[in-house]
Amino acid sequence: MTHLGAKRFLIAAIVTAIAVSYFSDSFNRYFLSVAIDIGINVILAVSLNLINGHTGQFSLGHAGFMAVGGYTAAICTLHLSPLVPPPLQPLLFLFSLIAGGLLSAGSGLVVGIPSLRLRGDYLAVVTLGFGEIIRVLLQNSEFVGAASGLKGIAKMTTLGWTFGLAAVTVYVIASLVNSTYGRGFIAVHDDEVAASAMGINPTGYKVTAFVVGAFFAGIAGGLYAHHKQFLSPTGFDFMKSIDIVVMVILGGMGRTAGVIAAAVLLTILPEYLRASFADVRMIVYSLLIIGLMMARPQGLFSFGPRKAKST
Amino acid sequence: MSAEASPILKLDQVSIRFGGLTAVSALDLAIHPGELIGLIGPNGAGKTTVFNLITGVYQPTEGTIAIQNNPSAGLKPFEITARGIARTFQNIRLFASMTVLDNVRTALRMHQKKGMLDALWRGDSFRASEKRIEERALELLDLFGLARFRHSMARNLPYGDQRRLEIVRALATEPRLLLLDEPAAGMNPTEKQELMRLIQFIQQKFKIALLLVEHDMPVVMGISQRIAVLDYGIKIAEGTPEAVRANPKVIEAYLGQEHST
Repeated sequence: MTHLGAKRFLIAAIVTAIAVSYFSDSFNRYFLSVAIDIGINVILAVSLNLINGHTGQFSLGHAGFMAVGGYTAAICTLHLSPLVPPPLQPLLFLFSLIAGGLLSAGSGLVVGIPSLRLRGDYLAVVTLGFGEIIRVLLQNSEFVGAASGLKGIAKMTTLGWTFGLAAVTVYVIASLVNSTYGRGFIAVHDDEVAASAMGINPTGYKVTAFVVGAFFAGIAGGLYAHHKQFLSPTGFDFMKSIDIVVMVILGGMGRTAGVIAAAVLLTILPEYLRASFADVRMIVYSLLIIGLMMARPQGLFSFGPRKAKST
Repeated sequence: MSAEASPILKLDQVSIRFGGLTAVSALDLAIHPGELIGLIGPNGAGKTTVFNLITGVYQPTEGTIAIQNNPSAGLKPFEITARGIARTFQNIRLFASMTVLDNVRTALRMHQKKGMLDALWRGDSFRASEKRIEERALELLDLFGLARFRHSMARNLPYGDQRRLEIVRALATEPRLLLLDEPAAGMNPTEKQELMRLIQFIQQKFKIALLLVEHDMPVVMGISQRIAVLDYGIKIAEGTPEAVRANPKVIEAYLGQEHST
């Protein structure tokens, strides 16, 4: 993809998403809802891919970032919506999503800092702990509905918002990684010592990956909140993080196209198999990961070298 | 004092201790612009430790290290590289999931002033800068006969070419001093001859100083202008290859006392 092509792709994707969104009333409501789930999961998986895939920092805290963004955006619209005239409601929604993203990015900074010292399993445990802390805090905070959840969130997430922002996420992360600046993320992933010897600051890149990844997870959380119109702390538990990790692993760590494909597949599959699959989902996921690690450690959807050839 | 007279790198009474073990003891070493210096010593003499001290992996317990008269204490490895000292590794450490070209482009990053926002906006100056980097990377690869491999994965190169790519990558950071950690390791005599020519070529073409840590005596003796010999962390000799070869202390360190008659 040429540089110019990438920008055109972004604009085309946003326009298409908004255009298709105009006709959403004529779609089957169930399919519409699944389509929005797909878009949200694409944002989550692609943003986690920056941390886990490209930069190689194993994070199990993505549901936590999503929760921070989701609750923040929901509180913004719940409290500010009555003060804003109807024509400006979409602007309020955008503001709320960004507020959620920023707060989530801030928490990404907080989690990113231990990543300076910890590697591999140790980092995974810290991020897992972060996710659980967020969940327990939410569960015990009365003003966000505690364990019974946050109700009455306006239905604002549309197909256009979801896929427009999914396109932005893909564009941002693909453009970052596909530049001389962004090659530093992959260098840190490949060999931190060598990266440092080449003048690359591994700490800076790791923290940046966490902050950018968390920002988009927060955006996804905001979309999710205004899609389901209800937030419950249990929806952001450890298993939600695992769901996203599975998408990244299945798609092939560090391969954006594969990760998008995996996010689509793993959103549709449980829906399709809802009746029989729901109870055994985690068993199937575990077997899937074990099988994948043995058969295709590079990911199901990854072919050829990792970086697109330029020139 | 002229700029030429001042050393690029100066180690002044540098010691490092790991618990009770003194790995390097009161080491003095100065490297001037354009010099080709060898650092030798038996196994475990502390050669790689000296590398790690210079590049900021370890901090000295005592003494000071100065890069162009500025103390380097507390600097991280990437900051040392930014001050003009690049290195290769004894066990090759290329970026395995990148192509040959991307390995070199990554190292060229250091002198590019483009950040995250430029990468997102992709304006004219960003694209021009990316193009310059690609051209420079290809130029360097071409100089070392690696341009034909540019789209191969670095890990798929033959061993000798991987070593050369590591040198190219280090040169891409535009160092004033290049540290080579056992570049002849695992090479056959023909490859070693080629390596010696390559090192001299780098010295002349890039006008930089080189510090060579090496086990292989013919290689070090053949190209170094000056050699420092370490034994148990102590510098036992320093001088021209001829002087070092004739030094009884050096012979003793390598062959043992009984044979030193």
